[in-house]
Amino acid sequence: MRIAPTFNVALRALRRNKLRSVLTALGIIIGVGAVIAMVGIGNGAKAQVEAQIASLGQNVILIFSGSTTSSGIRTGWGGAGTLKIEDAEAIRREVPGVIGVSEEVVSTTQVAAGNQNWFTRIYGESADYFDIRQWPLADGAPFTSQDVRSANKVCVIGRTTATQIYGNENPIGQILRIKEVPFTITGVLTPKGLSTQGVDQDDIVIMPYTSAMKRVIGGSTLRNINVQIGDPQQLEAAQQQIISLLRQRHNIRPGRDDDFTVRNQQEIAQAATATSRVMTLLLGAIAGVSLVVGGIGIMNIMLVSVTERTREIGVRMAVGAHGSDILTQFLIEAVTLSSVGGLIGIVCGIGASKILSAYANWPTLISISSIAIAFLFSAAVGIFFGFYPARKAAALDPIEALRYE
Amino acid sequence: MNNGPIVRLVDVHKTYRTGEMEVAAVRGISLEIKRGEFVALMGASGSGKSTLMNILGCLDRPTTGHYILDGADVSGLDRDELADIRNRKIGFVFQNFNLLPRTSARENVELPLVYSAQHLTNADLRERADRVLVSVGLAGREDHHPSQLSGGQQQRVAIARALINQPEVLLADEPTGNLDSRTSVEVMAIFQQLNERGITVIMVTHEQDIAAYAKRNVMMRDGVILNDHLVSQRSDAASQLRQEHASALQPTK
Repeated sequence: MRIAPTFNVALRALRRNKLRSVLTALGIIIGVGAVIAMVGIGNGAKAQVEAQIASLGQNVILIFSGSTTSSGIRTGWGGAGTLKIEDAEAIRREVPGVIGVSEEVVSTTQVAAGNQNWFTRIYGESADYFDIRQWPLADGAPFTSQDVRSANKVCVIGRTTATQIYGNENPIGQILRIKEVPFTITGVLTPKGLSTQGVDQDDIVIMPYTSAMKRVIGGSTLRNINVQIGDPQQLEAAQQQIISLLRQRHNIRPGRDDDFTVRNQQEIAQAATATSRVMTLLLGAIAGVSLVVGGIGIMNIMLVSVTERTREIGVRMAVGAHGSDILTQFLIEAVTLSSVGGLIGIVCGIGASKILSAYANWPTLISISSIAIAFLFSAAVGIFFGFYPARKAAALDPIEALRYE
Repeated sequence: MNNGPIVRLVDVHKTYRTGEMEVAAVRGISLEIKRGEFVALMGASGSGKSTLMNILGCLDRPTTGHYILDGADVSGLDRDELADIRNRKIGFVFQNFNLLPRTSARENVELPLVYSAQHLTNADLRERADRVLVSVGLAGREDHHPSQLSGGQQQRVAIARALINQPEVLLADEPTGNLDSRTSVEVMAIFQQLNERGITVIMVTHEQDIAAYAKRNVMMRDGVILNDHLVSQRSDAASQLRQEHASALQPTK
């Protein structure tokens, strides 16, 4: 095969029609650029969701009060008040592999200090909570198990709450009035940012659940229980044990629905990442359509080019070109258009996603594999859409071609 | 190289089939052309001369009969083999020049070398193309595109392209059909000069005065050879050009 000279011939032909070559490649540039940018956005969103899910803590099982299908009346999670402090203690005592349990009650209320006040969320938790959520303190110290047992008036606050109430002052050791009860602030949490639902996780006050139940919220039931398991292998078994333990404690007969709901962090993660994976696929598919349209553009131009250059093909054949030389020449033209377009498209796509990250504040993540796939796909588009016109050119009869007007 | 005839046709027929109709374009032609001949193939349109030319140029195969080119039977070869024969042994000159547009004269001339079996470097290609361009009187025009050249110059680029692979036979299909009379004489001068250097020239024309530059005239009608004779009063293009030049220098009274 005479690949090297044919390559030269093809490149010269493309150079002879610069504007047309550029416009044809533009279809592929836009297609590949769109695929790279869209998949980058999708992957970025997925990575962000995964990071937020991980911030829920590792190997965590969440038990919510009330069932989603409780005897026909659906109360919503935490609504029925079926979980007791004793249930949490039983889990702590009886389920193997448990390394942390946090009884949780939640409320929202007005908090005040000095002449400042702020409406925020109050979380009552056990001392294990900071380990379960992997949420260290930026400053100060967390409350202790002793504080929980004694229902002491201590709390830690999130960064947002701290800024709103104290501005630039150090809140540690200060008194925060919650429902007219004075609490001493022992620490400030590290900022966690927005949750997957867009809630500011740093707008929070966390105190011993005993203090919350006795002094702020009232009531005797828990909204939910957070359980952390040491070994991920045991997660499934522990979840089953928690279910049977609670059914037994709540005297639920076989065949009846649970009056609580158990979820583990992996299930939540799977649901969330499934959503973002679908989004990535959708974005990629839409962008892929433009790549196919670009390929059809190449085919269109190559067909025009073959017709327009029929005489040239005739001359080449007359002076000794084989059909395969002509086929190769037109294929190289098509693949050069599509792969050069692909390379420029990759650069444009990376540029576009960098701009989106910088100005729209969207996280983007461009993987080597998406670049490689986009490039190979664009080359394949050239071969696929270039083959028919090239074969048409190669099959021309030299006599007819020379006579073509 | 053998010393037999360069071209030998033995009872060549060519029949085209269009739908139900069978058209016999060439009906039993036998012809021998020796090395160094300059043959003009003549006839009205529809006489079969174009079909014969396509067969001689290995662009087409005879339906029956044999074509022996340079001692080898080429009538049974396939497309690619014929392409290789065309590349090595035949140079084509067309009525409408058939140069590649927006391509320099040099690159046009290099074209047959791209498809030749020999591997030449770009520098070699260039050097050979430039040398042939000089030999047809186009020194200094190597980088011109066809649109920047006159008809006569374009036809000379085409002749240079035909010559670059040192073919055995130069086939010209109405080479002066698109040229004025003076330029036609110039092209004939090149043909006669090449012929004197030993290249066999076969030229299709319907103009009697152009045929007079050849050594031998073959007349065709209805797919057969009507008449085959040597030219008795041959025109000499070079001396005509000299005379014309001299008379142009004469002061007009």
